[in-house]
Amino acid sequence: MADITKMTALQIASGIHAGELSVKEVLDAFYASADEKEPKVNAFITLSKEEAYAQAENVQADIDKGIIASPLAGVPVAVKDNISTKGIRTTCASKILYNYVPVFDAFVTERLKNAGMIITGKTNMDEFAMGSTTETSFFGPTDNPNAPGHVPGGSSGGSCAAVAAFEAPLALGSDTGGSIRQPAAYCGVTGLKPTYGAVSRYGLIAYGSSLDQIGPVAKDVKDCAALLEIIAGKDVQDSTSVQPEETDYLTAAGMPVKGLRVGIPKEYLREGLQPEIRDAVLKAAEVLAAAGADVSEFSLGMLDYAIPAYYVIASAEASSNLERFDGVKYGYRASDVNGLHDMYKKTRSEGFGAEVKRRIMLGSFVLSSGYYDAYYLKALRTKALIKKAFDEAFEHFDVILSPAAPTTAPVLGGSLADPIKMYLSDIYTVSLNLAGLPGITVPCGTDREGLPVGIQMVGDCFTEKTLIKAAYAYEQAAKEA
Amino acid sequence: MGREYETVIGLEVHVELATATKIFCACSTKFGGEPNTHTCPVCTGMPGSLPVLNKQVVEYACAVGLAAGCHINQVCKFDRKNYFYPDNPQNYQISQLYVPICQDGRIEIETSEGKKYVRIHEIHMEEDAGKLIHDEYDDHSYVDFNRSGVPLIEIVSEPDMRSAEEVIAYLEQLRMIAQYIGASDCKLQEGSMRADVNLSVREKGSTEFGTRTEMKNLNSFKAIARAIEGERSRQIDLIEAGKPVIQETRRWDDTKEYSYPMRSKEDAKDYRYFPDPDLPPVCIDDEWLEEIRNSIPELRPAKMERYIKEFGLPEYDAGILTGTKKLADIFEETVSLGANPKKASNWLMVETLRLLKENSEEPEDIRFSPQHLADLIELAGSGAVNSTVAKEVFEKMYASDIDPKAYVEEHGLKTVNDAGALEAVVDKVIENNPKVVEEFRGGKEKVLGFLVGQVMKEMKGKADPKSAGEMLKSKLS
Repeated sequence: MADITKMTALQIASGIHAGELSVKEVLDAFYASADEKEPKVNAFITLSKEEAYAQAENVQADIDKGIIASPLAGVPVAVKDNISTKGIRTTCASKILYNYVPVFDAFVTERLKNAGMIITGKTNMDEFAMGSTTETSFFGPTDNPNAPGHVPGGSSGGSCAAVAAFEAPLALGSDTGGSIRQPAAYCGVTGLKPTYGAVSRYGLIAYGSSLDQIGPVAKDVKDCAALLEIIAGKDVQDSTSVQPEETDYLTAAGMPVKGLRVGIPKEYLREGLQPEIRDAVLKAAEVLAAAGADVSEFSLGMLDYAIPAYYVIASAEASSNLERFDGVKYGYRASDVNGLHDMYKKTRSEGFGAEVKRRIMLGSFVLSSGYYDAYYLKALRTKALIKKAFDEAFEHFDVILSPAAPTTAPVLGGSLADPIKMYLSDIYTVSLNLAGLPGITVPCGTDREGLPVGIQMVGDCFTEKTLIKAAYAYEQAAKEA
Repeated sequence: MGREYETVIGLEVHVELATATKIFCACSTKFGGEPNTHTCPVCTGMPGSLPVLNKQVVEYACAVGLAAGCHINQVCKFDRKNYFYPDNPQNYQISQLYVPICQDGRIEIETSEGKKYVRIHEIHMEEDAGKLIHDEYDDHSYVDFNRSGVPLIEIVSEPDMRSAEEVIAYLEQLRMIAQYIGASDCKLQEGSMRADVNLSVREKGSTEFGTRTEMKNLNSFKAIARAIEGERSRQIDLIEAGKPVIQETRRWDDTKEYSYPMRSKEDAKDYRYFPDPDLPPVCIDDEWLEEIRNSIPELRPAKMERYIKEFGLPEYDAGILTGTKKLADIFEETVSLGANPKKASNWLMVETLRLLKENSEEPEDIRFSPQHLADLIELAGSGAVNSTVAKEVFEKMYASDIDPKAYVEEHGLKTVNDAGALEAVVDKVIENNPKVVEEFRGGKEKVLGFLVGQVMKEMKGKADPKSAGEMLKSKLS
């Protein structure tokens, strides 16, 4: 019998559908894998075995009765710990929510359950998704399964590590500035950030509301597309959500890429980029060209402005979004307090970690009177200009090919001392969040030290199918090469 | 020689909208539920919850704005006002700062000094906060989020008012507009209409404004009038003593008739307003705006004119009837059921207002149906009941909306028109009251009333007092 944990999610699903695999057996295999690897990897904050097995029993019964028709029925999925799961602790990797158990499911959680997918646990992350290494978690860092001793990237480091370590076949992450795509690259897995609005944010504990998107993490492009199919779609509970015209993403995998216009921004290949990653991008371009795509380089401006604009907007929104964590209603409350204001101060001082506090301070500053115009409004204008630059690019190209991160995964413990340097690791990913664009990271070999390298493909709004088509074509061609 | 001062007043009026559900979630807005029963993840600020705008809120805000002659911003936005307080579950309030829904309107008011306009600076939509309950006994505070997310509009005037009388006239006009549109019941006591008074004083003739204070906690028109007088003299005293007026928020204590500062300087607020990223801009297209415009009912000035013309009511009566939407509605429906307009007007103007006053109730509290009022008017008009009985029946109707026809029937209150029965009683009364009869015959005509009373008493009120009086007169002359 093949090792279940090495199978793709779609293979597992068809095995279950054909009656060759039972839902429980699949769950057993992934939990056994998690039990073995967790002490080292620490991809999960919570493993919800009891709930998972109860759910597995119901799903198996429904599959047997033929009630569930979903293409991923019975497949386990790990969920990032900032996505609400009713009855299962949801911490955002923060002390301030260490004991918070949601009373409602996020829209995506509901979608997973309705599709008969089994939620195996909640994955580790940077606290409130603020960070690029998963080292700011209150529950300790996650190790990179494909590069031990190195960070898995972040903030969805736990989700990517769980898939990379075969602890789960699929995971959900969230991406505000690169938080799915950058760790997917570091861990050597596939991750997709959908167009802003394609997936409901209802139940996602907000970091930067105008930038946050939930997306799939998987071993390959098809699994990614299959999971996206389940979670995408308009939700009346999220006013910013939109119904994409097409959500049959899986059908795009295998479509020909002949004539696909692929652009590589010259500015993205300049100094600061690890040479092997530059080579990987160019190699990927050759692979796509060989498959019939028209590949060319072009100039895409505004790169230098993306990081500052992102940190102003994301921090401003975060400073307001995180105000609700005050010790009054749920989560951590400091003891030994003297009155309301002291309770607020102590609770938040003790409950939030350093990086979260830094961004709250930054966000509060840029929104304060006298600075609002100079920082926040200017950042919004920059955001509009970045969107405009991409709009112009998409008049000429269907897909933009770029690095996912400037380097491969740094060693554990080396990043937090220099936050600006850490912020720069998102340089190729944040622009997409500012422009609301979809992006996918696919593995592209390793560097000299054997660390995974990822490349990013960017599409225009709601062209996820084009991205999946291109990413799948690359993935298959690279496999054969 | 004392200087003369002028009071300059601007108002910030919060009006709670009469929607069935809250502004950003589907929870009920009903008043008086058990604490935290009209709540959900959205209005309790649970992590991950998101607001979805209630369309009706936009329609009410827009309609009030149109009635107040405002410009409507057809693309408007919501902003977050950030401040920490436990009644505010997200620690930010969703409001409108940068682009409010309505701007630049005006409302005509009339006082003893004549007519004038008060300009409206803006009207914006926002959410209400929850309620804190402090338990002094166990030194705990509790929070009830039932009110959290109840929709409000805030109507901000320009500093155009100069006296308490103008302020009250302005508030009455606002209340009338909101009530006529059905946007709010505007009950000050229950907090569905709240006014904050911004007040400064300056020497008469000066064109510059003095330093203003903002007064809160004003929950009746009378309290507002007293607060204005109190704050005016406090500020004048300061100025006369050469002391500065400090720009601050003050809480009016109506029992002490004095205002006290609410916040200290260290709390100087920076609300860090910014556009709420969870709510896309509100776009009101021409078609929707037209729909809203067409939905605005006949407002008071037009209604008053129609009452005078169509029903021949005196201006004074028309003014009172149209003074609240509820009275006007009852009046119109009663008349449409066939009642004589003057009679219907009389019942409302005299008996109804008297009972409202006696019971300290508002016209909104009226329980009797127009059908029953029309029935009563018919009973009285046809002489089926006399006026005393009619008033008695009306009181029952007022208390619990009884059916007047059934009630009169059940209690045998119909006027007895049987002349024989009346004559027998009249004879009996004459016989039993020889002394009074003597007095009457001696020219003391006012004792007739006593004799009529005796007849009514004998007949348990069912006689027609007019006929009884006439019969007594003819028998005794």
